[in-house]
Amino acid sequence: MPRQTQAQIAANRARYLELKQAAQGAAPLVLPPPTARDAAPIADAAVLLREQVPGGWYWTGIIRRGQVLRILNSQGTPGVSLLAWNKADPSERFNHADTIKIQWTAALRKGRVLFSDMGRVLLSIVEDTSGRHDTVIGGSTPASVARLYGPDSGVRNARDNFILAAGKHGLGLADIPPCIGFFAPVSVQADGGFAWDAAGVVPGDFVDLRAEMDLIIALSNTPHPLAPAVEPLPIDLVIHQGAAPDADDLCRTATAEAVRGFDNTDRYLSA
Amino acid sequence: MTSSFTPVLSPRDPASAHFRETVPATYPWSGFVKKGQVIRIIDSEGCQAVDTLFYSTADHTERYSAQDTVLAQGTPYIGPGSVLYSNRGQVMAELVADTCGQHDTSAGACSCESNTVRFGQHTRYMHACRENFLIAVSRHGMTKRDIVPNINFFMNVPFDSEGGLAIADGVSAPGAYVELVARMDLLCVISNCPQVNNPCNAFDPTPIEILVWEG
Repeated sequence: MPRQTQAQIAANRARYLELKQAAQGAAPLVLPPPTARDAAPIADAAVLLREQVPGGWYWTGIIRRGQVLRILNSQGTPGVSLLAWNKADPSERFNHADTIKIQWTAALRKGRVLFSDMGRVLLSIVEDTSGRHDTVIGGSTPASVARLYGPDSGVRNARDNFILAAGKHGLGLADIPPCIGFFAPVSVQADGGFAWDAAGVVPGDFVDLRAEMDLIIALSNTPHPLAPAVEPLPIDLVIHQGAAPDADDLCRTATAEAVRGFDNTDRYLSA
Repeated sequence: MTSSFTPVLSPRDPASAHFRETVPATYPWSGFVKKGQVIRIIDSEGCQAVDTLFYSTADHTERYSAQDTVLAQGTPYIGPGSVLYSNRGQVMAELVADTCGQHDTSAGACSCESNTVRFGQHTRYMHACRENFLIAVSRHGMTKRDIVPNINFFMNVPFDSEGGLAIADGVSAPGAYVELVARMDLLCVISNCPQVNNPCNAFDPTPIEILVWEG
């Protein structure tokens, strides 16, 4: 490839700085505060499925475009891991790196979206009372459980749960990418180390995730690997029919990146 | 981190390497690094992101895992002494030399598709790392399913206290290198990043060099 010219380099740098300023300067300001606990009631008529997932277990199923998955952390279990695949082509799946890189932040909350590896939106965070989620470290593993609970503890982990959940759809280890952890208040400190903020796990928090295409979902109700050794507690799932997004839908319009991501998604689904 | 980074130099002599190859700007590379062998990646001209994945040669479903790696070491940043883990919790490789100190485990590889979201539809038909990865893994019988978020050597992606992150100007000087010793038989897959829309390559991709020594 020929070397870039000084004019090309200058133009590309200027464009990058403009995008960065828009994304890290203005975009967070348009995002609303966390959802109030009583602000998003679900009408009984809209409910498609209610399911309680015991501590340590997984749930997997299909969620159609426009349906909404509520994950209710009823009792304050420290972390719920999630993966999503395009039902029509599971080689398209959640991509944690693209999700945080595209949105210029690892701090996902109401108004943000989860991207696939194909530049399309899988899920929108349409309601969120918590705002404390982990997009970097991911779920527990056999090794992390052994470190925390000792050998042969029988404590279940997210990695094996995902192998089981994916397996129920004919998918295998190669189909399991890094995941996202909800209700997992982690941060990167100034010295580069991860920190866990136990006060950020609050019973009764929920997130509502709107499917933007037909999806295979896998949820692992296993504590985040940075959480202290605790007995995992049940979570409650409510899958319900969402309202059709308005023209000014928050998740579709909050950032220029979201607008372009939905443009890609809509083009794909209309083909 | 830059402020406290002390370069760790390699005692190995390039003349004794049994493999030495230049990877042209924007091109893929793949090769085998057996257990105990050492691979050096040289950022020949400086500020060049090198997107890198590792697979177990015995079973390609065992591969580099960003999340296992950052969990095990308690930080998203890697440097001298960092250990890279697989999705089966096994040690794949260890950084034994590093003269740069800034590498990324979080931002993954660029793709034609994500470029359209990040930079606009006009970037759809520009070469990207995941195009390189697909070509490289296809030579070893693998597909898109086998491609996961990778390590970016020499790429500077700091997190701020609010969780914000951005690809910042690189800090690797011309000739900066990392060396990894393989702790299992590895297939190493590299994209010499072609991105010109952000600072990961100083907006001007350049060649890199790969050396491998017997352990």
